[in-house]
Amino acid sequence: MLKITDLRARVEEKPILRGIDLEVKPGEVHAIMGPNGSGKSTLANVLCGRDGYEVTGGSVQYEGEDLLELDPEERAAKGLFLSFQYPVEIPGVSNTYFMKAALDAQRKERGEEELDAADFLRLLKTKAKELELDTALLNRSVNVGFSGGEKKRNEILQMSVLEPRLAILDETDSGLDIDALKVVAEGVNRLRSPERSQIVVTHYQRLLDYIVPDFVHVLQGGKIVKSGDKSLALELEDKGYAWVSQEA
Amino acid sequence: MTDNRQIEELAKREYEHGWETEIESERVPKGLSEETVRIISAKKNEPEWMLEWRLKALEKFNAMQEPSWAHVAYPPVDLQDLYYYSAPKKKPQLDSLDEVDPKLLETFDKLGIPLEEQKMLAGVAVDAVFDSVSVKTTFRENLAEAGVIFCSFSEAVQEHPELVKKYLGSVVPTTDNYYAALNSAVFSDGSFVWIPEGTRCPMELSTYFRINDRETGQFERTLIVAEKGSHVSYLEGCTAPQRDENQLHAAVVELVALDDAEIKYSTVQNWYPGDENGKGGIYNFVTKRGACRGKRSKISWTQVETGSAITWKYPSCILQGDDSIGEFYSVALTNNAQQADTGTKMVHIGKNTKSTIISKGISAGRSQNSYRGLVKVNKGAEGARNFSQCDSLLIGETCGAHTFPYIESKNASAQVEHEATTSKIGDDQLFYCRQRGLSEEDAVSMIVNGFCKDVFNELPMEFAVEAGKLLAVSLEGAVG
Repeated sequence: MLKITDLRARVEEKPILRGIDLEVKPGEVHAIMGPNGSGKSTLANVLCGRDGYEVTGGSVQYEGEDLLELDPEERAAKGLFLSFQYPVEIPGVSNTYFMKAALDAQRKERGEEELDAADFLRLLKTKAKELELDTALLNRSVNVGFSGGEKKRNEILQMSVLEPRLAILDETDSGLDIDALKVVAEGVNRLRSPERSQIVVTHYQRLLDYIVPDFVHVLQGGKIVKSGDKSLALELEDKGYAWVSQEA
Repeated sequence: MTDNRQIEELAKREYEHGWETEIESERVPKGLSEETVRIISAKKNEPEWMLEWRLKALEKFNAMQEPSWAHVAYPPVDLQDLYYYSAPKKKPQLDSLDEVDPKLLETFDKLGIPLEEQKMLAGVAVDAVFDSVSVKTTFRENLAEAGVIFCSFSEAVQEHPELVKKYLGSVVPTTDNYYAALNSAVFSDGSFVWIPEGTRCPMELSTYFRINDRETGQFERTLIVAEKGSHVSYLEGCTAPQRDENQLHAAVVELVALDDAEIKYSTVQNWYPGDENGKGGIYNFVTKRGACRGKRSKISWTQVETGSAITWKYPSCILQGDDSIGEFYSVALTNNAQQADTGTKMVHIGKNTKSTIISKGISAGRSQNSYRGLVKVNKGAEGARNFSQCDSLLIGETCGAHTFPYIESKNASAQVEHEATTSKIGDDQLFYCRQRGLSEEDAVSMIVNGFCKDVFNELPMEFAVEAGKLLAVSLEGAVG
């Protein structure tokens, strides 16, 4: 599904990613862990095509295509989703309208029919309930006046509606209390299937108690320095990131 | 009357009004003079008092200077180089849409304007606009039943001289400002509306119908009078594109609301803004003012300004009656080399008068967008209240947004609140939308529409939809 080879990228002349190799197969969940400044968020943003991140080397194949050639919206229509670390506010645009517009745009790009408004609303309400998200938030402006936890749940709501093939969750656990964390994790787990894959970017192990990864990678200094199964996350929790650097 | 005869009548009437040819054959010279004013008045068969009024305005005008305080820059307009009356140089009548600039047609398509209307807007000789004929007839009947007068200004001068005499110039005097004085001298036509006491106008009145009827000039004059306890909503759509060189458009709009009357005046202005390099386009120098003369009367201006090379326009409310209310909701969008200096004046005279100002300025390209507003509270305006909110949104690095709020309060009990914000469409917002699958253009359009929501909510439904589309079209190419 996704094959990253020797990916290098910089932000404002500063090299951040220094040769990432990663392969994600359908149905797999990969966790990417690492200390602050290791390049976790940069990797997520580069994969989604954000401006300001300059790729200086390497390649990314997604479903057999050169992902780096595509515009962000084309990547989205091909099933790439980013749950933002800091979800963005859009004043005056209702949350429901935003999600409908996004889904319609993606379906259109894929040559599918737009979803009927009534069907869409039904779908949205069901998903919102599953995530224990106050349905009043659906009529409010996108993320405006939402609490930190509500913003994160709103991200997962969008993910549930858009049903991406590859979801990247960037620090989705930050700002969530334990109850909210469980709800969000359940939402993410509901989307697990043999066709869908997930990359979970996190600083702490705690999220991985609920979203159990198939693989764990440790990112340090813009490189993956260690990979393993879920036990690696526990080991990290125990020994800290310094331990990996010593090992490496 | 059969459809055919209606069409014949319509055709005949258009012919009757094809007097422009006549004027040209008389070779009335370009330029502004007493002679010009006399010819205009004579052509319209105006009574003596109307001519006198025009001549007085001309005299005042001749003593005035063009204002220079607005935050706009343009070469001086040579008033002697303009045609008056049929003023916009009559474009040759085109025979079919094939002869129209394809870029223009593309814009029409994007706006979803139906084909017949496209022909009309593009100045194509339409053999018969069936729908408009019937629509016009039914709406005239409905209005007559309610006692509402809605006609062209020229007709009003002929048929309702007592009303015109009483109210014309009573809100915007001929001496008000340079362009108002010019308009008073040479105005060619416009609309007249009178709503009888206690009447709720049975439909929204729109210039759209009247434009079907006959073409209006550059110097229109609109007068709307709402008698006690009446209510009217008036829509002014300026979606007609003009493609000449810089053209002067100096209209005057006067509104009068008596006790408990309410006037809602909505404008979607999309005059030709000039090309990407700022060549051509309309100079839109317009005076719009409403007088809340009666107690508890209300005047509400809503405007969406996307067109014109230069906009210079301050729809205002004079709140004379106690407990009267003035509102101003505005979206002004400038792109490329456009310049807009627009805002409002709220003058509180009566007790417990209230005013609300919501202004949203959007600048893109190299454009300059200024809000200029005055809130004035007179000594006797006990308990006056105003709330103003002026938000500016910048798209790109090369445009400018400016806010010039003036407050003069002479009554200590008055409450005046002003809030202003300036924001940029953030890369964050754009990326967020695009990551969800929206194209960059759709994302900008969505963010801008969200920014304008408070104002769009004030527009009648169809207008709100049109306004949203207009913004999208006007912003094309503003990013990326």
